[in-house]
Amino acid sequence: MISNSRKTQSLLKSIFNGRRAVIAIPYLWLLMFFMLPFIFVLKISLAEPIMAIPPYTALFEWGNSLLPSIRASLESYLFLFSDSLYIKAYLSSLKIAIISTILTLIIGYSIAYSVAKAPSRWRGILLMLVILPFWTSFLIRVYAWIGILKTEGLLNLALISIGIIDKPLIIMNTDLAVYIGIVYSYLPFMILPLYANLEKMDMSLLEAAADLGCRPFKTFWTVTIPLSLPGILAGCFLVFIPVMGEFVIPDLLGGSETLMIGKVLWTEFFYNRDWPVASAVAIILLALLVVPIMLYQKSQEKAIS
Amino acid sequence: MKNKLNRLLIAGALTFSAQAVVAEEVVNVLNWSDYIDEQVNDDFTAATGIKVVYDVFDSNEVLEAKLLAGGSGYDVVVPSSSFLARQIQAGVFQKLDKSKLSNIGNMWSDIEEQVAQFGPLNDYSVNYMWGTTGIGYNEGMINERMENAPTSSLAMVFDPDVVSKFADCGVHLLNAPTEIIPAALAYLGEDPRSTDKDVIAKAEAVLTKVRPHIQKFHSSQYIDALANGDICLVVGWSGDIFMAQYAAWDAENGVEIVYSIPEEGALMWFDQLAVPKDAPNTANAHKYINWIMDPEQIATATNYVWYANGNLASQPLLEEDLLNDPAVYPTPEVMAGLYISPTYDAKSQRVITRTWTKVTTGQ
Repeated sequence: MISNSRKTQSLLKSIFNGRRAVIAIPYLWLLMFFMLPFIFVLKISLAEPIMAIPPYTALFEWGNSLLPSIRASLESYLFLFSDSLYIKAYLSSLKIAIISTILTLIIGYSIAYSVAKAPSRWRGILLMLVILPFWTSFLIRVYAWIGILKTEGLLNLALISIGIIDKPLIIMNTDLAVYIGIVYSYLPFMILPLYANLEKMDMSLLEAAADLGCRPFKTFWTVTIPLSLPGILAGCFLVFIPVMGEFVIPDLLGGSETLMIGKVLWTEFFYNRDWPVASAVAIILLALLVVPIMLYQKSQEKAIS
Repeated sequence: MKNKLNRLLIAGALTFSAQAVVAEEVVNVLNWSDYIDEQVNDDFTAATGIKVVYDVFDSNEVLEAKLLAGGSGYDVVVPSSSFLARQIQAGVFQKLDKSKLSNIGNMWSDIEEQVAQFGPLNDYSVNYMWGTTGIGYNEGMINERMENAPTSSLAMVFDPDVVSKFADCGVHLLNAPTEIIPAALAYLGEDPRSTDKDVIAKAEAVLTKVRPHIQKFHSSQYIDALANGDICLVVGWSGDIFMAQYAAWDAENGVEIVYSIPEEGALMWFDQLAVPKDAPNTANAHKYINWIMDPEQIATATNYVWYANGNLASQPLLEEDLLNDPAVYPTPEVMAGLYISPTYDAKSQRVITRTWTKVTTGQ
């Protein structure tokens, strides 16, 4: 830990040692691809829907005076609280995101651990196998799950033919299918940061624990897990945040009753043609996601100091 | 579907080749998926030298969002009548220059009259194809589960006692509130075109009762699912169900798909060729539309996709069993019972959407 925090400190120093040009690039990137879109969406969320191109009112109106008159309305935000649907959708997304993050963590940790502990000549190949699915389009891989999970699908045929079940399992179009799809799709995002962390772990610490009479299981809980906490946190955030807003997987694999905020946003945007309400849904989702990110930042800062 | 991938590849190839040669004349077309015989486009290019950049979409809502965002870059798009009416009001489309459409005389006045009920649509568009929203079912699976099932009635899906018998073999409904809610109203004997909140609530009651027996609300998965025998009953679009019928026949998997227009009446919709105001190639757009109005071309397309078209002169060129199939070209009596979809304003649209969310998610 000490060497780690020293490294970070020297890193911080080098940043503030006049290398502003280097850090300007990530800031510029954030400005272009985060701040600007965010401001657009925020602007739309304060407008009112109309039937025109574009389908919302202008926020600024340039009259004869030098300054534009501003026409902002918080109606879209108020609307979200007038109907319990939206709060339920946020909560349901939260539930799905938490459960799938935990499932991904359990599976991802065991995979990352075994890859990190494999003989070094195997590691490259094993890691390659983790990344390999990215070579096929995400959409096609999710579609492939339809073929596996449907009533007459590969899974049911296999289970029936070996006699484990005699009636096909109904998995397709249920929440279970959504979890399978999410865990499968996001697993590499969990494995990679965990692997990066576990691979660097000092094995002599585990030996020391064993020498002092600690059982392997206890060593795992009291040494390995705490040391890999940064990897666990990074992996969990990489999975949790995109799953909150996930749309494609619940749409393709889930049933109609699967309620997620991504689907609600789609409905507002396409069916109701209410871009302001759709934007307000997105802004609130972002606000909800910023909270855990801030907490993470705080915990990181604590670790540094 | 065997053809889907093929067509996707062709569409992709066309896009690439069009980008490679910038100076070439092009027309950018956005049409529904599985809605044309590619030969029609190829022949257009051969005859005029204008390359067709052909993209597809699968829902009116997605098309509308693209159009309302502005600068879509398309020259010809194909929205359905009720959506088109609203988009014309929003100022999305330009009036067609009829002097450039020499084939306009081939069009079928009956269909033009129907379309005119939506507003001044005939000034802005011409009909591409039209169809009905009805019941598709797997004959074998339905007969197995119920003797003398009321296959020509909406009771198939809206009567809980009937639809519950088919729940185990899979029932899908279109994920299109503006089509299913009017159908539920027609089943009740109410005005299917009502935009009244209290009337729509009656449709909600019907849908909530049958909801447990519906496996999924989706607007395109049912084609494959019906053809493969994964589901046995659907409320869907006529031509899509014929496509499933053909796919099953082609696969020789023993699945027999039937389409029926319910006796309570069915929604009739019209997909119209129209040119956005900001189309980059207006002249080519008119040439393309004129080409589609050529009896031979539209007949080729209809023989391929099995949707009826609005071109009277093309009828002698259609396959006989297609023209004589009352499910494709309904008899005048059936035609009289069909209704067109209402154009919902923002407020009633919200009621429809909210009702739909309540039905589908239970929230």
